[in-house]
Amino acid sequence: MKLSNRLTLKQRKVVAGYLFSLPFILGFTLFFIYPFIQAFIFSLSQLSLTREGFELSFSGLQNYYYAINVHGQFFRVYIETILNMFVNVPLVLAFSFFTAMILNQKFKGRFLARLIFFLPVIMGAGIIIQLEMTDMVNQLMHQARGAGFVFGGAGLRNVLMNAQLPEPLIEFVLNAVNRIPDIINASGIQILIFLAGLQSIPPSIYEAADVEGASRWESFWLITLPLLSPIIITNAVYTIIDTFVTPSNELVMLIRSVRLDGNHGVSMAMSVLYFLVIILILILVLKIANRWVFYQE
Amino acid sequence: MNNTNINKRTADIEVEAFRPIEKQVEEVLEKINQEKDHNLSSRINKRIRSVIVSLLRAIFVIGVAYIILQPLFQKIATSFMAEIDLFDPTVEWIPRNFTLDNFRVVWEHMNYPKAFLNTFTLTITVSILQLVSCTLVAYGIGRFHFKGANIIFGLVLFTLVVPPQMIMTPLSLNFRYFNLFGLIPEQNLLGSYWPFVLTSSTAVGLRNGLFIYILRQFFRGMPKDLEEAAYLDGAGIFKTFRTIMLPGAVPGLVVIFLFAFVWQWNDFFFNTIFLSGQGNFLLQALQGVALRALNHDHNLLTTPYASLIQNTGMLLYIAPLLILYAFLQKYFIESIQRTGIVG
Repeated sequence: MKLSNRLTLKQRKVVAGYLFSLPFILGFTLFFIYPFIQAFIFSLSQLSLTREGFELSFSGLQNYYYAINVHGQFFRVYIETILNMFVNVPLVLAFSFFTAMILNQKFKGRFLARLIFFLPVIMGAGIIIQLEMTDMVNQLMHQARGAGFVFGGAGLRNVLMNAQLPEPLIEFVLNAVNRIPDIINASGIQILIFLAGLQSIPPSIYEAADVEGASRWESFWLITLPLLSPIIITNAVYTIIDTFVTPSNELVMLIRSVRLDGNHGVSMAMSVLYFLVIILILILVLKIANRWVFYQE
Repeated sequence: MNNTNINKRTADIEVEAFRPIEKQVEEVLEKINQEKDHNLSSRINKRIRSVIVSLLRAIFVIGVAYIILQPLFQKIATSFMAEIDLFDPTVEWIPRNFTLDNFRVVWEHMNYPKAFLNTFTLTITVSILQLVSCTLVAYGIGRFHFKGANIIFGLVLFTLVVPPQMIMTPLSLNFRYFNLFGLIPEQNLLGSYWPFVLTSSTAVGLRNGLFIYILRQFFRGMPKDLEEAAYLDGAGIFKTFRTIMLPGAVPGLVVIFLFAFVWQWNDFFFNTIFLSGQGNFLLQALQGVALRALNHDHNLLTTPYASLIQNTGMLLYIAPLLILYAFLQKYFIESIQRTGIVG
């Protein structure tokens, strides 16, 4: 008699649930939580490579002290990265939400527009940016012409200067404008997720609202936004993590270079500090979000 | 007389009774007329508004498309230019000295066919393994109600939140001195496919948390009836999964496969750590191509030439992805349209 025959369907489903999840349970234990705990231990130790393996000697908070107080750049980049996130994430969210609303409308060339808008996902913004920094063709060509890029650059600066705007405002506008390509390139997945969310809202709700005399503006605030609020949170969390983790992130590059220099303990301490601030921000975001997220059930 | 009087009176009464109705009808007619006018003007208003809306939309869409496509087209254009064109201010898009030389140089110095084959083999292996493992896990926690399901889902989200930088050093050391907690003789897995195979088949590869998350939503959104009918017909859990649920999930699977493939192909992180010192992959080939080309072909170290080569190399690097996207785009975009990944 087979085991499966003796169990009820419900019991078999429980067993199947665990069996299906088994790959992840294994992977999580072996290749995730174990190195994760090791990372904390490494951050509190001096790590030295020997012929048979590696040796650890406990050194307390020394690595952390070094990272924050002694290392010249870490603390500054750390703060900058966090502040940068507070600017970038709302911009990415707003842009991708708006774009998804547009791509959800019916218009000529919509298919082509979607095709192009998801291109950054395919081209991999990370590696492109990474290599772009070493790419001087564009810079050189633009220097040769003495003209700025269409966005930012000297052209816009001159226009703003001529408008007699105060210097800090000009800097702010230029800064925002310079971010545009980055924002667009970082928004691919978010647009996708928002678009899928928009399409999951049944049209009958909008029709009912229309019959009741609601304007489009009202149905956006009263239907679209509340129904999408869980997805906005999902996207916010995803965006926060994504901006923290991309290889083009300045702090990530810094930690990488410290690691390549052989200061494993220090780079681990930096990663732990980084991880802690990510967790803190995510908890904060979820706490705030829980107040106004609308769940259908 | 009496009769006529009565008649007259009734007629008066009738007239009196009817007067308000006439008035009412008049009022209604007036209203209808007014509304007609109003409708007409509002229709014109709507027309104007929709023209303005589609105009603004067109500006937005074209503007964003320009920002996305401009660097790509710029790269394509420059890759056909001779070095001299870079210094020519009159050359913008169309090369004056058209040449395929850059491609030839890059092709040779990247050892392109070999590097491509290696990268392709690794990427296809990894993405298929990730697709299989993530689908299984997502189905397990999305479709079966058991106590651990929520905990496992929580752990999946946790893997998303931890930056890979953090576990990278310990993980690479574990693979360097791999013995599975002393269960097998120690060996060095770095520089082989094994670290990729192991992490991918156990659903902890690059962004696998996201894949599980998306697929879980996908499976949860699928209708219950078919599944229950299959169970009633006596089909087992695995048979139901394979013959009923899996075919229904194909659009979602295509999206995940594309993601897995693209991210593995573009991955900088796992690649440089697990394959350190191996030059036969596209990424490593790309990193050194400019330098190699300079040492070989040019006696003078010129940065413009170096970046010209780098640029062309990058095009060749992403070309396979663009081709893959071109093949799968219809599927990809339709699958978003039809099913809505997020349930």
